[in-house]
Amino acid sequence: MSSRALVLDRIRRALSDVPATDPPYDQAVPRDYVREHGARTPAQNVDLLAENLADYRAHVHRCGPEGLAELLARLLDEREARRVLLPAGLPRELLDAAAVEVLDDKTGLTAQELDGVDSVVTGCAVAVAETGTLVLDAGADQGTRRGTLVPDHHICLVRVPDQVVASVPRALELLAPTRPLTWISGPSATSDIELDRVEGVHGPRRLDVVLVRG
Amino acid sequence: MSGTFLGMPAFPEAARTSVHNPTLRANIRHATHTIRTKRAAAVAELDDWAELREAGKQIKEHTLRHLDRYLVQLEEAVTAAGGTVHWAADADEANRIVTELVRATGESEVVKVKSMATQEIGLNEALEAAGIAAYETDLAELIVQLGEDRPSHILVPAIHRNRGEIRDIFRREMGRWGRAAPDGLSDEPAQLAEAARLHLREKFLRAKVAVSGANFMVAETGTLVVVESEGNGRMCLTLPETLISVAGIEKVVPTWRDLEVFLQTLPRSSTAERMNPYTSMWTGTTPGDGPRNFHLVLLDNGRTDTLADEVGRQALRCIRCSACLNVCPVYERAGGHAYGSVYPGPIGAILSPQLRGTQSEIDASLPYASSLCGACYDVCPVAIDIPEVLVHLREQVAEQPGHRLERAAMGAAAKAFDHPSVLAAGQRLASLTRRLHPSKLPGPGRAWSESRDLPAFPAESFRTWFKRQERRKREEGTR
Repeated sequence: MSSRALVLDRIRRALSDVPATDPPYDQAVPRDYVREHGARTPAQNVDLLAENLADYRAHVHRCGPEGLAELLARLLDEREARRVLLPAGLPRELLDAAAVEVLDDKTGLTAQELDGVDSVVTGCAVAVAETGTLVLDAGADQGTRRGTLVPDHHICLVRVPDQVVASVPRALELLAPTRPLTWISGPSATSDIELDRVEGVHGPRRLDVVLVRG
Repeated sequence: MSGTFLGMPAFPEAARTSVHNPTLRANIRHATHTIRTKRAAAVAELDDWAELREAGKQIKEHTLRHLDRYLVQLEEAVTAAGGTVHWAADADEANRIVTELVRATGESEVVKVKSMATQEIGLNEALEAAGIAAYETDLAELIVQLGEDRPSHILVPAIHRNRGEIRDIFRREMGRWGRAAPDGLSDEPAQLAEAARLHLREKFLRAKVAVSGANFMVAETGTLVVVESEGNGRMCLTLPETLISVAGIEKVVPTWRDLEVFLQTLPRSSTAERMNPYTSMWTGTTPGDGPRNFHLVLLDNGRTDTLADEVGRQALRCIRCSACLNVCPVYERAGGHAYGSVYPGPIGAILSPQLRGTQSEIDASLPYASSLCGACYDVCPVAIDIPEVLVHLREQVAEQPGHRLERAAMGAAAKAFDHPSVLAAGQRLASLTRRLHPSKLPGPGRAWSESRDLPAFPAESFRTWFKRQERRKREEGTR
């Protein structure tokens, strides 16, 4: 007997007490919880997102489309960033005001090459107000997963209010499981030393979030 | 389970050692009390917590009751998305599968994301025996690995170490494994985290093979989910060419939508955060992004035995948040090592004896490692009634050979209660001699009274007192 057959057989024998009339999935799971907590306007969701992001030590900025290039230049300059990764789906003009070398990930940068990149600028798929979370789905304006991981500084652009949802259930409704997804809530952190949160381990230690008015 | 824990003394003996270690007790007390308060606040933010908890419980319960169907569905979905699924009946088989998969890549080292399942099967030791170095990349796991120590907490395996001890381990050991700790490393948590970042980065950048676990597997889509904080998980899941995930068969959930429940309850229960810093979700392989080869090893290793027990089955609902450890008065005092398993605390006390059976001394003693106060049940995000399972397992242990004395004592008690004159005579005798009672029982009763103070015997039994009262009332009434 293969191990597959063995394990499945053990499971079936273990479940001999479960009747054929056992309620199906739809009836077995009560969904009495709420889809989102509280009633907020889209603008209030944006405010809550900003508040929760800041609570987990992300740096939050707001601007209109006209001020974006200048803001990015300032943020990169503050970090003394020289080499910046920009996914193919974001316009090159975004970094026109910044004195940096712009790299795209078209050639598939290796991990070692990415280690020499100072900052990465991306968009996102959706942002969750209640938890202060950005979700990346490897779309053209976000690039590969490793691109937002190896560099020590990530600037993420969120179109507000369109890309902001209230809650985790609302976000999952919009996301496609077939795409690789990364949920980001603040910069990398650990609670491993005396169960106290410390920011900055392996992922980007600085996370700037720019809420861009649509 | 891991050979590391073989030959562990029974819980009471192991606990006695740790209870008398003041540093250990202070470390654990400090950490668990910090997280306890924070968790309560994070949970209080959601006014539908009870409903989320009930939904989580029922999703898991339903899945377990139809586990064969959901596993087959998961296998189809993972395969369709470009992954390869393997089935392992026990730890040895899982270790063999992973070892062969690593060998096939020609590599002699792997990076690892913290995973309870691979700790349970002792994968690191098996790989080492095959000449493959496995590097733990979670900060706490790194502390445990460098210190040649054993994990003592599900979420924070190095919870028994304070910052000073961690600094000493880093200074002493990092150089032997790769990049040494920076000169003048202090015990500031930020500096310690920085040292781990530098030490592990070179390993991440050259890694070709990674091994992970999974927090959830979605049957309908074939999606795996890993919830983490540091980014070491993301490194392992996206940089190497080959990814091997080992997950217990109970980690499956039916639908994508089910994640909306657990992504709300797990972070708040475990690190007391609204959301953990990073969650990765992947479905098979994606061209140009992440590993080109993905293997999923589905692990039984005692889970089907647990599933067969209608009361004990609920232990398989566990999502490894560790909230029950953080509130447990026994865990707080005894520490994680006393449980003799990678699963310590209340959940470990019901999981280990079911996964491994109750034949060994440690496993037979675990169901008694509790005061049945019920705090674990209150905080459990999938409502596992741990006290119920503990009592159920105690019954099983009491039925097996080796508990002759306890059964003899209970038998004698039953006889006495059935014969009131015998009981009364015994009680009168006990009251009359109470000045002579020792504080500990002699002979076979000694073990029982070792961790308890015997109650003071009353001057008279309730029955005698009642009779006396009745007599006095009668006498007063006739006056």
